[in-house]
Amino acid sequence: MRLRWLIGTTAFKLSVVYLLASALFAVGLLGYVGWNARRLIDSQIAQTLNTQINALNDQYRIGGIRRLTTTIERRAREPGSFLFLLQEQSGDTLATNISGVMAARFTGPKAVETSYQSVEDEGQRREALVRTIVLPGGQLLLVGRDLEERERINTVLNQAIRILLAGLLVFGGLGSFLVARRALARIDAMTATSQSIMAGDLSERLHISGNGDELDRLALSLNAMLDRIGELMQGLKEVSDNIAHDLKTPLTRLRNSAESALRTGKGKDEYRSALERAISESDNLIKIFNALLLIAKTEAGTGSDSFIPVDISLMIEDIVEMYEPAAEEAGAVLTSHIEPGLVALANRELLGQVMSNLIDNALKYGLPPVDRAPATIAVRAHRYQKTIQISVSDHGVGIPVEMRTKALERFGRLDVSRNKPGSGLGLSLVMAVAHLHKGNLSLDSNAPGLKVMLELPLAGAE
Amino acid sequence: MRILIVEDDAEAASYLVKALGEAGHVADHARDGLTGYGMAEEGNYDCLIVDRMLPKMDGLTMIGGLRQQGLTTPVLILSALGQVDDRVKGLRAGGDDYLSKPYAFSELLARVEILSRRRTPQIAETAYVVRDLRLDRLSHKVTRGVEDIPMQPREFRLLEYLMRNAGRVVTRTMLLEQVWDYHFDPGTNVIDVHISRLRSKIDKGQAKPLLHTVRGAGYVIRDEA
Repeated sequence: MRLRWLIGTTAFKLSVVYLLASALFAVGLLGYVGWNARRLIDSQIAQTLNTQINALNDQYRIGGIRRLTTTIERRAREPGSFLFLLQEQSGDTLATNISGVMAARFTGPKAVETSYQSVEDEGQRREALVRTIVLPGGQLLLVGRDLEERERINTVLNQAIRILLAGLLVFGGLGSFLVARRALARIDAMTATSQSIMAGDLSERLHISGNGDELDRLALSLNAMLDRIGELMQGLKEVSDNIAHDLKTPLTRLRNSAESALRTGKGKDEYRSALERAISESDNLIKIFNALLLIAKTEAGTGSDSFIPVDISLMIEDIVEMYEPAAEEAGAVLTSHIEPGLVALANRELLGQVMSNLIDNALKYGLPPVDRAPATIAVRAHRYQKTIQISVSDHGVGIPVEMRTKALERFGRLDVSRNKPGSGLGLSLVMAVAHLHKGNLSLDSNAPGLKVMLELPLAGAE
Repeated sequence: MRILIVEDDAEAASYLVKALGEAGHVADHARDGLTGYGMAEEGNYDCLIVDRMLPKMDGLTMIGGLRQQGLTTPVLILSALGQVDDRVKGLRAGGDDYLSKPYAFSELLARVEILSRRRTPQIAETAYVVRDLRLDRLSHKVTRGVEDIPMQPREFRLLEYLMRNAGRVVTRTMLLEQVWDYHFDPGTNVIDVHISRLRSKIDKGQAKPLLHTVRGAGYVIRDEA
């Protein structure tokens, strides 16, 4: 079972492929060397054969067939000599040191390979390279050279190939096996860790060997992912706690008012007003649910696929215009300083809602105590480098530095606003939408008051 | 008006049938997409109210099929999903309006009544008149009696929408959609303040006010003789 896993690992398969490729290359290289050596030897032998034939030819010219015959007989007895065969046209042998060969078969300008029998050790056929010429007297002269030398080189090369292959197989195979086992051992450790994480122990982390290899890098990035998941789960837990808490309040109110109407209600009018209160409370709850859903969807990235170029300047002007009468009613002045022609890739509906939330917040919580400062709410938008900077500033009480993170959380309502209407979800949505647009949200002091800064990437300014 | 409700939740459907009946309409009910498809094709309805999630054939498929058959009956899509992208999908499939559950019946009624009015072909009117209030769409002039009333562009569009639907209730969200082209809930009393400004322009000092608030529903322009 374990062996099968080992063989199945990528490390093992890669090693085997590499091994086969090197073996193939080595065999090819040795084969090439062998082929070249053979060619070289053949051409050398052919050359010596030519020299020998020329020398014998000289003997023939000087002393005729008799002198040639004696020369050959003498030379044929020398150890390690060439092979000689001198035959009459009829086939009668005049002088030789081989048998079983007819010289007439090999006439031609080139040396050819053949097998022969040596006169000394009878019976054994050997390989030779021979060349035959026809003498002016009609006799045939064959001169040859044994190929034993060449065969020896061949044998050496063949042996080298065998040893090489065996070595590669043993050491390479063993190497692959060890590499695969090492990889498998670490993967097994990772698997075990992730299984224990899956079983519920989210605090476990993958072991880092410290040698900085690819498995270490994978483990590091998986650990970072686990950290992030942990944070998200923690956040989720806090959010669901908050949701449970913040939905309980209006639900309790709803229930109490219905119950009290049922218990003490007299007449149609009282029932009617109790029912109206119930409807308005449930509308409120629905609004909270919708806001939560929208935040969740936005944080999950829904809506980013429908981004289109939106004229942010126009969009803000529209929203400001929408809120102007309401601001006046609340005793505030809504001013706007908006650079025209700012375009962003955006979801207009979501950004519109964001601007509406920001201005609505300023109207609800950003009005100064009477007689302190002018009740001005300023909306600004301008281009800054590759971004659009949008700000909504008021002159209210502002948010103390240490409370700003809390203000961005879901249901994160500050004590000063607890008694005012609102769900504490507005800024959470603004932040989710800002992130969806790859932008930023920051809260600043407006000395006095609050300045909310929203930064969006400018379209076409990648 | 004859209205077909295609909705698989029997309780929700019977509530709608009853409430629409009380408002003076005749409503039929189909339980699934296939039945709804057949009934919508056969019956001569003024408006369809279609839930998105339906057994046998989902709402959007059903609407798409009916539109391919050449049926032009206005459709109001109901959906529990109620988010921006779903709305776009619904309208693209051939729906005319979109309302997410849970909804206020007054909102649904107002939308259905305005939707079904599209059934009767409209002549492109160049002016709307309610009693002595006159809105000229070509010259962008508004007059009450002999008096010219100056209007901001947005106020003009607001009044134009109200007068085009004179006699019918329009809700705050409908005004936000039609006049500002946004679908979110602007909270507070944003729309109300716009209306009260408009009201002070056209009704101030008049014996017969024309712009009325319908409690729990919205606004209506009508000549209450």
